[in-house]
Amino acid sequence: MYGIAMAKGLLVTLKNMTKKPFTVQYPEERVKQHPRFRGEEFVWYEERCTGCASCAKYCPLGIIKIVTKPSETAPAQGDKYKLELFDISINRCMFCGLCVEACPYDALFMGSGFEQGQYSRKKMVIDIDHLRQADKHPSTFFRPQLEDSGYDPRGGRPLHWQEVGRESWQWHQREKAGMNIARPVPSDLLSDDPQVDSSFVEDSEVATPPPSTTTEEAE
Amino acid sequence: MSCVLGPDNILHDTLLFRVIYDFVGHLLPCWLSYIVAGGVIMMLLVNGVLMGAGLFSWVERRLIGRFHNRIGPNRWGPFGMLQPMADVVKLIFKEDLTPAGADRIVFMIVPVAMLAPVVLMMAVVPFAKDTALANLNVGVLYVLAVTSITSVAIFMAGWASNNRYAMFGASRGVAILISYEVPVVMSLLGVVLVAGSMSMADVVSAQTIPFLLVQPLAFFVFFVGTSAELNRTPFDLAEAESEIIAGYHIEYSGVKFALIQAAEFGAVLTSSAVMVTLFLSGWSGPLSSYLGWVWFLMKIGVLAFVFSWVRATFPRLRIDQLLAFAWKFLLPISIINLFATALEVYFLRDGAGTLDTTDLWIMAGINFGVAFGSLLIFGTLIKEKVRPARPITGVTLSSIEVS
Amino acid sequence: MTIRTEPMTVNIGPQHPSTHGVFRLRVTFDGEEILEVEPIFGYLHRGTEKLAEERNYTQIVTLTDRLDYVSSMINNQAYCLAVEELLGVEVPQRAKYLRTLTAELQRVASHLMGIGFFLQDLGTLGTPLMYAFRSRERILDLFEMLCGARITVSYMRPGGVFFDAPVDFWPALDQFLKDFEAEYNEIQQLILENEIVMVRTRGVALLPLDLAINASVSGPSLRASGLAWDWRKMAPYDAYDRMEFDVPIATGGDNYDRFWVRIQEIHQSIRIVKQCIEQIEPGPTRADVPLVLRPPAGAEAYGRVEASKGELGFYLVSDGGISPYRMKIRSPSLMNLTVTEHLLVGWKLADMIVTLGSLDINLGEVDR
Repeated sequence: MYGIAMAKGLLVTLKNMTKKPFTVQYPEERVKQHPRFRGEEFVWYEERCTGCASCAKYCPLGIIKIVTKPSETAPAQGDKYKLELFDISINRCMFCGLCVEACPYDALFMGSGFEQGQYSRKKMVIDIDHLRQADKHPSTFFRPQLEDSGYDPRGGRPLHWQEVGRESWQWHQREKAGMNIARPVPSDLLSDDPQVDSSFVEDSEVATPPPSTTTEEAE
Repeated sequence: MSCVLGPDNILHDTLLFRVIYDFVGHLLPCWLSYIVAGGVIMMLLVNGVLMGAGLFSWVERRLIGRFHNRIGPNRWGPFGMLQPMADVVKLIFKEDLTPAGADRIVFMIVPVAMLAPVVLMMAVVPFAKDTALANLNVGVLYVLAVTSITSVAIFMAGWASNNRYAMFGASRGVAILISYEVPVVMSLLGVVLVAGSMSMADVVSAQTIPFLLVQPLAFFVFFVGTSAELNRTPFDLAEAESEIIAGYHIEYSGVKFALIQAAEFGAVLTSSAVMVTLFLSGWSGPLSSYLGWVWFLMKIGVLAFVFSWVRATFPRLRIDQLLAFAWKFLLPISIINLFATALEVYFLRDGAGTLDTTDLWIMAGINFGVAFGSLLIFGTLIKEKVRPARPITGVTLSSIEVS
Repeated sequence: MTIRTEPMTVNIGPQHPSTHGVFRLRVTFDGEEILEVEPIFGYLHRGTEKLAEERNYTQIVTLTDRLDYVSSMINNQAYCLAVEELLGVEVPQRAKYLRTLTAELQRVASHLMGIGFFLQDLGTLGTPLMYAFRSRERILDLFEMLCGARITVSYMRPGGVFFDAPVDFWPALDQFLKDFEAEYNEIQQLILENEIVMVRTRGVALLPLDLAINASVSGPSLRASGLAWDWRKMAPYDAYDRMEFDVPIATGGDNYDRFWVRIQEIHQSIRIVKQCIEQIEPGPTRADVPLVLRPPAGAEAYGRVEASKGELGFYLVSDGGISPYRMKIRSPSLMNLTVTEHLLVGWKLADMIVTLGSLDINLGEVDR
């Protein structure tokens, strides 16, 4: 008879009325944010940054501005440029994470926040001082070593530059061997006094292009 | 100095009026206290309707939020109860725009013309025993007459706005209101026949059992017709927000918009009040001589909940289907109801022309049969039109060759 | 006495709640009946194809997110397939499965949104829409877990996906699949056989099969007209050749059939997701390709997927540089929109809105 499906619909809505709401009241409660969340508040470790500007070259929108001055001495192996400017204009940032993917030294990380609204566009530029002083809660986006350690950027403690690198990280070898599921947690990453392997930058990066195809892209 | 209301006065039966009149009559001349007492009740009614509309706007948004599995407005006041207040304050401070090319005077009259019938309707509705502004002997007719003013207001809004969407909304609204008046009147005739009177108070006192049981078909037709006249889903074509955005009130802003919204929400309450009076035995219930108004408000609440529930569930009909529904479905069944009721009343009434409770129960039995029968017949007739013979096929393919 | 009437021209959009974006229809009405329809688009043109010529092959992935922003995963997939064909790269198995899985989840999300807004256009005050969004929200949460973003995912890269799923992704996915059954059943119960939906959509805005084929309509709109045309079956890409699923088709080609086909496709997508979970094996998720790619000069490739709205294709021409010489997007929404006039003339204003909803266009993709 005409109307039976309509009555069924009425029952569905009545049943839903008694259910717990699926929305949350934002400022008081929040949905769970996953560790890989690509957020604002880029985390940048000056100690790790060599000023190579891979991030700036790789940014699809060209919103990272890096000005360096060469070292006074002839650059030796492991030396780096002195940074004068490191501006990220998050006016136009689309949080694609390609800069993080391009960084070969684990110096740049996506942030974990999303509440950095400003009233003026000028304030939307994160400059080098801001980056230096900010609390460092790096997202685990494209940083498996952090994910392995079970680090949660929301609620975790700020990380020191010595704790975030790939030095003691064996992930990519294991992935190439095809066993990347259920990774063991390296104990040294979460301890208060990190034991840092001093030899870094020796790993061959998954993401670093071989020399034959690398190119200098004008910004 | 004391004033006495003559028994021939139309307001003589109104308890509330007499109390106020006697009180004021000690201080003022009689003619003035007559006006003052009326004014006081009108103030109560107007403010009651407006406050009720505000409260109902909150209730409905909360309810629809719950039907949506959300929370609904909950920021301002306990459970968000002061949300209507915040809305009104916001709307008052907004700029009051009049579109270019609008018919300014008509444009300005519209909100009042929308709100007036809603408030006027409450004048004859008894809240409790002997408590109504006026116990008109043609109360039912008065309600029907007053509600049809809304169609004029809607057309004024559509015409004056100088907007094509508003024009769409207005022409739809007028078509709907005119079409649905007919089955609504037909359905009310059944009630009037059973009650033997057009006075709202008499209809209530005639309901030894609620007329919902005696006149189920009339209640159905009246409910559907009223929700069409109130522009509520599934009949909210006049302000279909996904089609013609807001319909006839698209150009209204600020206080005018607030008044139109108040009229809409208030109309739900007053229509519920009329329905409660006519079909759900009004203020009567246990301890009704003391708690009549509590029963009355509770019954209104139940009906308002049903209105919100239906609104949250159903999609909208198209204009031709809506009019066809009125003329081809509601009108026939209301005529069937009228005939059945007339025959029953003719055979069951006693010498004085009244029906006792046993007669009403007999009528209830017969009328439920009539209701199911006619709904079944007409429902099946419609169903053939709803579902064409063409079957839905879900052909499942395991593999397709590319040529 | 005859009343003198005259047709009325109304601009529906570009700011209108039911045009699904900044889209404008100039419609001439005779009362409520449509005499003439002229779709006008381009309000959301962002020059994606030209922008692609300025970016390198990996960066373009972020542009594809913004084409059909409710099914970004599928856009990523189509683009990456084109680049892989250009380069001749073999994608690792695990990456293929991850792509299939995410694409199907995205299809569910996209169809949920399509159904929700279709019913919203029918005037349901958002109830089915909210129920659809309740499930869609869960899928977007899964995406956030997977790649850190919910809408503009940029999950796939030429040569695979950028990263493997985190360990807690799989239990969350299982939980979602378990809950989804009940949630989806609710939507179906609420609306699938509702008489008002039937009477509003059955037999309305018929799209005959020959017109659909001639107008190059694809996706659910074509399948609702009776042709089982699905690139996942006909030219399986990624892991679809190992999946068992049916292609639901309807024969009417009216609004209800388009809606019904979407409802059924969600069931099939969930089936595919379940098979992916069973079949997926550990392994690398990204082929050993560099970030900056240089395909050989003169190479051409066409990557094609069955997106949620129809056939989505990326045609790439390389000149040997780091960015493509030309990128052409074959967007299903634009092609499906070309039949609007044939569908709408003679129907009423309310039907027009519903028909636009049933075609499930996305203006990000139409205007590019």
